[in-house]
Amino acid sequence: MSIIKGKTGEWEIVIGLEVHAQISSKSKLFSGAATEFGAEPNSQVSLVDAAMPGMLPVINEYCVRQAVKTGLGLNAKINLKSIFDRKNYFYADLPQGYQISQFLDPIVGRGELVIDLADGSTKSIGITRLHLEQDAGKSLHEHSPKYSYIDLNRAGIALMEIVSEPDMRSSYEAGEYMKKIRAILRYLGSCDGDMEKGSLRCDANVSVRKPGGELGTRCEIKNLNSIRNITRAIDYEAERQVELIESGQSVSQETRLFDAGTNETRTMRSKEDAMDYRYFPDPDLLPLILTQEFVDEIKKEIPELPDQKKARYINDMNLSNYDASVLVADQETAEYFELVAKDSDAKLAANWISAELFGRLNKNNQTISETKITPDKLRGLLVLISNNTISGKIAKQVFDTMFETGEDAASIVEKEGLQQVTDTGAIEAVIDSVLADNPEKILEYKSGKDKLFGFFVGQVMKLSGGKANPELVNEILKKKLI
Amino acid sequence: MTEIHKLSLKSAREALKKGEFQAVELTKSHLDAMEQNKGLNAYILETRDIAIKSATIADQNIKAGNARAMEGIPVAVKDLFCTKDVRTTACSQILGNFTPTYESTVTSKLWQTGAVMLGKTNMDEFAMGSSNLTSFYGPVQNPWKATGSDKILVPGGSSGGSAAAVTAYLAMGALGSDTGGSIRQPASYCGIVGMKPSYGRCSRYGMMAFSSSLDQAGVFTRDVTDASIMLEAIMGHDSKDSTCATLPVPALEKALNGDIKGMRIGIPKEYNMEGISPEISKLWQTGAKWLKEAGAEIVEISLPHSKYALPVYYIIAPAEASSNLSRYDGVRYGLRVPSENNSLDEMYELTRQKGFGAEVKRRIMIGTYVLSAGYYDAYYIKAQKVRNLIAEDFKNAFAKVDAILAPTAPSAAFAADIKIDDPVTMYLNDIFTIPASLAGLPCISVPAGLSNEGLPLGLQIIGNLFDESTVLKVAFKLEQAANFVGYKGK
Repeated sequence: MSIIKGKTGEWEIVIGLEVHAQISSKSKLFSGAATEFGAEPNSQVSLVDAAMPGMLPVINEYCVRQAVKTGLGLNAKINLKSIFDRKNYFYADLPQGYQISQFLDPIVGRGELVIDLADGSTKSIGITRLHLEQDAGKSLHEHSPKYSYIDLNRAGIALMEIVSEPDMRSSYEAGEYMKKIRAILRYLGSCDGDMEKGSLRCDANVSVRKPGGELGTRCEIKNLNSIRNITRAIDYEAERQVELIESGQSVSQETRLFDAGTNETRTMRSKEDAMDYRYFPDPDLLPLILTQEFVDEIKKEIPELPDQKKARYINDMNLSNYDASVLVADQETAEYFELVAKDSDAKLAANWISAELFGRLNKNNQTISETKITPDKLRGLLVLISNNTISGKIAKQVFDTMFETGEDAASIVEKEGLQQVTDTGAIEAVIDSVLADNPEKILEYKSGKDKLFGFFVGQVMKLSGGKANPELVNEILKKKLI
Repeated sequence: MTEIHKLSLKSAREALKKGEFQAVELTKSHLDAMEQNKGLNAYILETRDIAIKSATIADQNIKAGNARAMEGIPVAVKDLFCTKDVRTTACSQILGNFTPTYESTVTSKLWQTGAVMLGKTNMDEFAMGSSNLTSFYGPVQNPWKATGSDKILVPGGSSGGSAAAVTAYLAMGALGSDTGGSIRQPASYCGIVGMKPSYGRCSRYGMMAFSSSLDQAGVFTRDVTDASIMLEAIMGHDSKDSTCATLPVPALEKALNGDIKGMRIGIPKEYNMEGISPEISKLWQTGAKWLKEAGAEIVEISLPHSKYALPVYYIIAPAEASSNLSRYDGVRYGLRVPSENNSLDEMYELTRQKGFGAEVKRRIMIGTYVLSAGYYDAYYIKAQKVRNLIAEDFKNAFAKVDAILAPTAPSAAFAADIKIDDPVTMYLNDIFTIPASLAGLPCISVPAGLSNEGLPLGLQIIGNLFDESTVLKVAFKLEQAANFVGYKGK
């Protein structure tokens, strides 16, 4: 939905996203504490993370590299000088009483990201900035009616906040944007993109306006943790705003929360309650100065990214836009595809992966790295199809067995005698038998019921156990039915 | 036996090496003196057992010929420095009985050179003050009295306990911290030497933060030579502090012997302001004369933005403090005053209301205000700009001179029962120390004479960034010329 049809006419949705991506790093942004997910509460907390008196932050160079890498992956400007600021507020899971973030001078400036639209076209979404910041700890409210418990394992973990321009016009675009960010982060290895574990989450800024008009007042929906919730929250919020305006009220700028249970957003805090974070440069940290050499060195580590891959698949491998998009969406899939397509027909490989393999993976709730059909094995199957050892139909049957057992295609075909029958004599015999059994159908066919040709083919294939070469069957049948 | 605790650090070190007495004896002599001078309230915690244990090890090292730079020398530590397994409070109620599990870098450097910890000294709460009247543990007394008076005087602040301890021979040296003058001003009030090195020379790791861009550790001793020894021990790069300089530590003790002939000493004309007491003004001139006699050239210089230093300082320091002190929230350590309504916000309010004293609260409020939306540009940003101009003034001056001579404080020590209604009057005590702090420069206060009332007065030498050697060299000459006689004891 990109246009809302209200009582007073059409409304356009304007969306900007703030994505929070946890950097893949063994230690935290300003301390040596570990970052492993799911550890015992408060077992990965250094003196710095707990803000003990006199403790000082020291920047983790690896996290800086990851941020630069991500910036490069988003075609963004890398700022050789950036500054860490303190964002001051009190909360029990924020030990320092401030979050170290970057406010006026982020490490990464303007960039762009291209999303794929449903009609096969693309759209460029502007990236405003990417900055580094610390995560807060976690407040646990379920252990006691009176007290909250605090787990500081997450406190101090490095986050990248990636802010987009308000360039998206539908919840679909927002979803695609999120998918593309996730893919790029995974390709780069700078974030695992796991939304369930919270390593990737986002806030959505949503407003509505008359198409092409002045921007409306926006509301920020906090902490959306799945692509489904992003789209649902945006849709609800946009409708809500249109209804408000059309009923003569106005949208007030505020922070809202999305309730996945009721599918609604509700007020978290209004603009009047907005906190004054009293940002100022953190005097414990010097400005972060990078050299161009450092950036250039990281540039060399950047792998081929989804958009480049997609272009190559389309241009060099003749894949359709759709197949290419599907295959590059996930780095593991792309790698899998490239291994399969290495010396077999790329289009055939793409079809088999996107139709057959994905279908079965979904059904069995498996990922591509878990399947027993390794790229080599799938290639083996495609070879048998290409050299006419088996038909496409038999191949599906073989594929099912492979999926279950992980056996080689060739040995399944061998063992079960599934080789295609290409011996004309044998095929002729089957055809003769079918024709002999259906004299009245032959008469009907000859009197003009052309559709019956398919019936004869079907019967022949059935009788041959699907093994007869379909082309030969067609050819011989035609001759016999003249 | 002679009072060995009254020796200088250097002579005690030599005597220990020669075996004239043992480190344990030296330590016990200090512990006895501390016992007899509890009234000064210089120490808020005595670490007797640790002291005896360290001294015993020192004796073994000396005996084995492995004496380190400060082997067996008893020292005091300002309670701002975290000491492992020893209560550290910054003299604030909010820290309760907080006992760190870690050691600050500067204290661990001291212990690595063989120094012996006697205890933790009193200070203004979180180093905010110029009188030591803001400590949760009560005020410190200046050992000195005005001629013919029994009136109790302040030792200055914030490192008042450390200053009083060194003055009254309760430690051979003491650690202090200087944000806007917290070492130099009390050194001046107590008639001892106090030196703060350049910002970045000493690691701030484990030193409770007041104003991160200004805080710097430093030392109190009874003479310039001792200051060079102790300072050399605590300086040096530390990867745990991102603002710590990576420069090698200069050989400070050796630097003292140098000549100052031909050196150019600057006299900032703006420091000769109205309201400066005539005796301070006279002492300053005398100091210049001494240095001239030692062969230096006296040059008038201009530091035109100095007059803005005080307001700039009282914007930047409280701003940083308001954020630095946010961690004292009752959640993880120290004092917690629970809320009867199970409200987190109320717990914060109650804890911080009870835990912080009036001066700390005042500065948190000022700092919060100047960082607030709508005021940030007018106050904080402007103050940072002026701070740069002040640093620029010094840079220009050091293009012409090798060091700057100035008074340390505008007066001698004042009475502890003084009624100051306007906090700005108290802030004016740091008028001569703050400019160099804002520029991060190394400076020292050397006792140079007595006021008309018989109270000590100090002169300040300010050096170029990271040029501690020149500061000490000039200070040494000043000390020789002044021939100041320290506190004689009761």
